Amino acid sequence: MHPDIPQLDNYLVKAEPFYQAIGDEITIFEASYQKGLPVLLKGPTGCGKTRFMEYMAWRLRRPLITVSCHDDLTASDLVGRYLVKGGETTWIDGPLAQAVRGGGICYLDEVVEARKDTMVVIHPLADDRRVLPIEKLGTLIQADEGFGLAVSYNPGYQSVLKDLKQSTRQRFVALEFGYPSPELETAIVIKESGLEPAIAELLVRFAGMTRNLKGSGLEEGASTRLLVHAAKLIVSGVAPVSACRSAIAQALTDDAEMLASINELSSSLF
Amino acid sequence: MQAARDAGQLVILLDEILEVEFSFRDTTVPAAAIAAMEPRLQDYVITWIKRVASTNIELAYQYACHVERALGLMDVETVESWALSAMDAYDREGLRPARQIILGLDEFVRLTREQADGCLLSNQQGILLGFLNGLAGRRLRIQESTQAYTDSETLFLPSLLARLATPERNFQLYKVTIAMLWAQTRFGTLRTLLEAGFLDAEDSGRRLALFHSLDTLRLEAIIARELPGLHRELVTIKQDLGEDRLPAPWDALRWSVSAEGCTAWDVVERVRSLSNDTEPLPVFAHQGILDLPAVAACVAARVSREKTLFKVRMEQLKDELGVQEHWSRDREPRLTKRLHEASELPEGAGVDILIDGKPLPLPDDMQDLVSSILMDLGDIPDEYLEPAGPGDYDPKFFQDSSSETEDVWSGVYHEKGALLYQEWDFRRQHYRKNWCAAREQSVEPVDNGFVVRTLEKYQGLVKQLRKTFEALRDENRRLKRQPQGDDVDLDALVEALADTRDGREMSERLFTRQHRTERNIAVMFMVDMSGSTKGWINDAERESLVLLCEALETLGDRYAIFGFSSITRKRCEIYHIKRFEEAYTDDVKGRISGIQPKDYTRMGFAIRHLSRMLSELDARTRILITLSDGKPDDYDEYRGSYGIEDTRRALIEARREGIHPYCITIDQQARDYLPHLYGPAAYTVIDEVRLLPLKVSDIYRRLTT
Repeated sequence: MHPDIPQLDNYLVKAEPFYQAIGDEITIFEASYQKGLPVLLKGPTGCGKTRFMEYMAWRLRRPLITVSCHDDLTASDLVGRYLVKGGETTWIDGPLAQAVRGGGICYLDEVVEARKDTMVVIHPLADDRRVLPIEKLGTLIQADEGFGLAVSYNPGYQSVLKDLKQSTRQRFVALEFGYPSPELETAIVIKESGLEPAIAELLVRFAGMTRNLKGSGLEEGASTRLLVHAAKLIVSGVAPVSACRSAIAQALTDDAEMLASINELSSSLF
Repeated sequence: MQAARDAGQLVILLDEILEVEFSFRDTTVPAAAIAAMEPRLQDYVITWIKRVASTNIELAYQYACHVERALGLMDVETVESWALSAMDAYDREGLRPARQIILGLDEFVRLTREQADGCLLSNQQGILLGFLNGLAGRRLRIQESTQAYTDSETLFLPSLLARLATPERNFQLYKVTIAMLWAQTRFGTLRTLLEAGFLDAEDSGRRLALFHSLDTLRLEAIIARELPGLHRELVTIKQDLGEDRLPAPWDALRWSVSAEGCTAWDVVERVRSLSNDTEPLPVFAHQGILDLPAVAACVAARVSREKTLFKVRMEQLKDELGVQEHWSRDREPRLTKRLHEASELPEGAGVDILIDGKPLPLPDDMQDLVSSILMDLGDIPDEYLEPAGPGDYDPKFFQDSSSETEDVWSGVYHEKGALLYQEWDFRRQHYRKNWCAAREQSVEPVDNGFVVRTLEKYQGLVKQLRKTFEALRDENRRLKRQPQGDDVDLDALVEALADTRDGREMSERLFTRQHRTERNIAVMFMVDMSGSTKGWINDAERESLVLLCEALETLGDRYAIFGFSSITRKRCEIYHIKRFEEAYTDDVKGRISGIQPKDYTRMGFAIRHLSRMLSELDARTRILITLSDGKPDDYDEYRGSYGIEDTRRALIEARREGIHPYCITIDQQARDYLPHLYGPAAYTVIDEVRLLPLKVSDIYRRLTT
């Protein structure tokens, strides 16, 4: 192997992550990956986007490099930069460049959070050119065959600033993630936490109630992830109403009145 | 501590406060009662008599006569709320009802006791509404009424529940009542009643009562399955109220309607088969009443509204899809429906809408609409899926009819359509509720070349302002010598290498970094449009605004401009000149030119209104700048200390919201009162009116850097 090409073995997903398919997302992702098409995952927080990526990386046996984007993330954070070591400058590849060279899957989580200039870097990678220009080195890296690009984005944010530009979104195959159906969600909660089915079912019904409140006081309803948190607390002996309060209600909102409403809903169920 | 006053001293004092000289009031009795009190209590009572007297003398006299007995019956706080509610009643309805409250002391005591143990709907409405919204189905509203019932869109609830021992238990009773009324809309009770013809039947009174009893038992069984926690609460409440035991035939009947899958139609059948001597159950506390005519009217209106809405939204969806799918213009896509199993819905099935055989993904609002239609009709009727004709669109279904501000004013003198603001009464040491009726209007744009003239007049200044404000604009720049960054800072690196050669320590600051800042400032200008600004003050104000806009446009800060004026508390007006989201257009320029002196200067409501607007904005720094020419003043009692204290209170409220108030004034006496209002450093007095335009932008610059 070429010495410049980094070893990405650390990024391999060793054990199979639990993932319950909701629709045909696995087939679509696989097909896109084989054809070298980038994928856009849409959906509210905590509905399994990141877990899906882990599962797909495991299934395709490719290393997965995840970058959580934040509003100070710059293009050089992705591509790489010079560092000074013992009086000399050395170039260090960023996560994106590593994945491009080594044939891994690069997953940019919450991509809208990143600065606008970051997007431009992924554009040539996201169309049929599949190249990553590194301005500072003056080179162009052709992506390895195994390289795949996936980004996630939560369309629920109301802010205009947090929207993807058309020029960006029209390069991707889009997969929409929603909350799973009640039966499926119950199964997920049971599998992840070992909670007994009767309580898991009530917990899922409670999640549905908080989702009804979206738009009338809550920005988002409870995600599957929060349900799993609450379920784990219940399994370790916390009373369901307290578990819902700490793991779900308090996580959803700080508004005292809304909290009281949510607590009333959970105490109506358990 | 002051010694106790004797009855004689008190008579003189009370005579003075209550102005008895020209009246028949006799102060000897209250004076004797107060004389028997401890000195501290005496002080307290006299303070309160003065406070009440500031509202009305007669009210204060009655208060003085009854306060001793009130103190014996209630704690001090409740006595205060007794006096305050009398004063509120005076503000609202005049002397008679207010006097009634003071005289009806025993009634007040009884109500307070009830309220202390009971649960007030108004206190808990937010929480209960959240609870109700969380339960699935159509969005329902909550409204106060004398009895509990629902018309299928609004739950009407009594304003106070006090049947149980504590506020917490009564709150639970509200919850159970809400769940019961919600279940009526959700699990087919109301729809079945209408379809079964209860409305027209002759013997409907008794049959309806029987149905209501039996259906309540059915809904209780459903609640037991759907909301087990709430059902436990329901059982305890019934035990507490002795409603848990059913007369003989009803026990068996209960079982017959408790099975899963039992519908309201089954209940109708059962009621038909009941013998004539079966008596309906006594009404449970959580059951409410059935008001069928209200339901029928509400459902009829909704069904036709939703049918239109459904058709129109469907057409919109088709249009949106048509663009994507390139349908040919001449062939309309065909809509069909398909039932699918959905165990989570009470109907057991949901409806998918298919477009040319392919499922059509519905946006959230459409899904709510479909489920609301299903709740009323149990299905999406085929005619809903036929293409909408041109006559189907009626915009009145899509917008609330709200009356124009100006319409309200044409010849009417009341509070319709106005925003009501409270006002601080310093003598009462309390707010007057819903005291000011504020309305928003727009300044009529005038195109008289004022803006162009001003810009010419201050040509030099404008240039200078642009330059200064451009320099303020904190733009992205490259920061050198950073410990971390995107690029190596070559200068720093060369120096650092030289340093290491010299044997010195190498600096760590070797990188350059792109620095990005934003001025996250929103500023609201509140312009005095009172009559006293007539003439050159008004000119100066308008000129200042023109220059300020020039400067702020260069700077890029978000800003809004509103004028204010008033004539008594019933006519408080806010004049819109520029909103935050509005660009600096010719219309805005025209409105600045069109600012005209109006009436008086009531400041409290304007501060409250504008700071509410400001606090809804997402900005790191929010500033409220007042341009004024004098102290707060209005045609009614809003002058002197009253006006100043209310303004001060409004500013305190604004600061609590995280707003920085600032005042620029030309009133030479302002140094006497502004520190009291705005604090020692948050105002500027400009000595000469003609300097105002020059100064305002400069003050803004200093304020925000």
